[in-house]
Amino acid sequence: MFEPVLTQNVGKPEALTLKGYRQLGGYEGLSKALLMEPDAIIEEVKKSGLRGRGGAGFSAGLKWSFIPKGKDKPKYLVCNADESEPGTFKDRLLMENDPHQLIEGCAICCYAVQASTCYIYIRGEYTKSAVLLERALKEAYEAGVLGSSVLGSGFKLDMYIHRGAGAYICGEETGMLESLEGKRGQPRVKPPFPAVVGAFGSPTVINNVETLCNVPHILTRGADWFKSIGTDEKNTGPKLYAISGHVDRPGTYEYPIGITFREMLDKAGGMYKGGTLKAFIPGGASAPILPASQIDLKMDFDSVAKAGSMLGSAAVIVMDDTTCLVRSVARLSKFFNHESCGQCTPCREGTNWMELLLHRLEDGHGRETDGQLLLNVCSHIGGNSLCALGDAAIGPVKSLVDRFWPEVEQHIREKRCPFPQRRYFGNGS
Amino acid sequence: MSVSEPKVTSTGLPPAARAELDEVRKRYPTTEAALLPALHIAQRAWGGWLPDEAIAAVAAELDLPASKVYGVVTFYDLYHQKPVGRYRIRVCTNLSCQLRGCEEIMETLHQELKVGEDEVTPDGRCSFIHFECLGSCDTAPMMMVNDDYHENLTPDRVRQILRGFK
Repeated sequence: MFEPVLTQNVGKPEALTLKGYRQLGGYEGLSKALLMEPDAIIEEVKKSGLRGRGGAGFSAGLKWSFIPKGKDKPKYLVCNADESEPGTFKDRLLMENDPHQLIEGCAICCYAVQASTCYIYIRGEYTKSAVLLERALKEAYEAGVLGSSVLGSGFKLDMYIHRGAGAYICGEETGMLESLEGKRGQPRVKPPFPAVVGAFGSPTVINNVETLCNVPHILTRGADWFKSIGTDEKNTGPKLYAISGHVDRPGTYEYPIGITFREMLDKAGGMYKGGTLKAFIPGGASAPILPASQIDLKMDFDSVAKAGSMLGSAAVIVMDDTTCLVRSVARLSKFFNHESCGQCTPCREGTNWMELLLHRLEDGHGRETDGQLLLNVCSHIGGNSLCALGDAAIGPVKSLVDRFWPEVEQHIREKRCPFPQRRYFGNGS
Repeated sequence: MSVSEPKVTSTGLPPAARAELDEVRKRYPTTEAALLPALHIAQRAWGGWLPDEAIAAVAAELDLPASKVYGVVTFYDLYHQKPVGRYRIRVCTNLSCQLRGCEEIMETLHQELKVGEDEVTPDGRCSFIHFECLGSCDTAPMMMVNDDYHENLTPDRVRQILRGFK
């Protein structure tokens, strides 16, 4: 029987206070970490197999190990709390219910890479998260958990909230750094990578909220325990899945990584109003859409990639057979077009053309050649932009043309959307 | 042809806003990094939007060119360059909310407020816009009013919320 780890304090209001969090076993991981050599912590996290929970799935321990040693430059941790991937709402749950867990994870990471400043970059819309975290930070400072000597260890650490202002691209790590520095959130050319030249020109680790929340538990219970959860050596630990759309009980659920989509759907009460599954998105708006036939897919990084999509942020969007996929993908394309930072031509122009083409199809003015045209636009965006937004934007579009062509064709043949009409807020708005 | 920046005179940030900004500046190794928080502070001080005067005040405060500040303002969705209602409504219309009926919510707002998107009601009370994912997909459809989330909406619930506005 799997016991929740990351969400064990959800629904316990006492976890919002430092005292309550401590009574629940909090800050034990940090106390333990402070008695260890920083490198030993990095080794332990590496050994646990923890992969980034923000979308890319990169080994967290490995990322930390890239930070140069020595004291010639300050080092930074930037916690990515810019959760903006459509379908994703797991980090908000962690911040609103267990802010000290995140602070503890950040503090351990800072000690491990010897960073003395941490910024938690929270998307501007998440006011409640920011207020609760700010309150928790204040308490942590007052109790000596943060500040000039973390828990009396002599290690100095400052932690601040930095609030975004509404831009998806700031979830991209170098876009985030630009935004932190007071600029437009336009991603940087890599290399150099943030581990070498990051925030304010200094070595910087950037980790997602959920990734960092795993860290205290790895310290208290050990890498071997962490590895015992999950599908295999490369897909380890507990995982939050945010499930929404046509399900009976949408929400954030915690399971061992690699639970099947079918089990997850069952546990969320099955389909909304007893509908029939048509398709699902396994990892947020950037992930290619999968057909219902993939219902037994294991929801881990490698299994989902093998099935032709990605686990991404594990935001699972479920669609029943009343869903028009052209309309759905048109909405996602509108999103990417709006959120493209405009820096790279293929992404800026390409996402616009994809949106226009998809609206045309949905409006019943599509042409037989539009499938090829869409794929052609995708091929010019893919791999041709500085950051992953361009690649993300083509995921859903390609999967629509490749996997659901008959539905697109029906729009073209019948010169209308075959699904019940609802007022459409696509074009122009 | 030479292009010069339009001259906008500004009385500067109100004292309370300046005090708040002075606290925030200490968090960063550069002055420029305080720009996003400074704009949030200024926007609150100017009643929810950033007229040229506010932009000039922030630029002067942080010793940055007004053009640079303007470039940042236009990049981010939460900074407004025209007046907004006292109640600013953002309706999530991204996929998860679309699947659960955000169109009805938008339509109800159109009907009840009798203004178009991003227009302010004549009494200055409300303005509404459609918005990208607000991270509340499990309680779709939803909208944000100023800083608060309103979730699991129905047209009736929306009407009830609107009636509660002062």
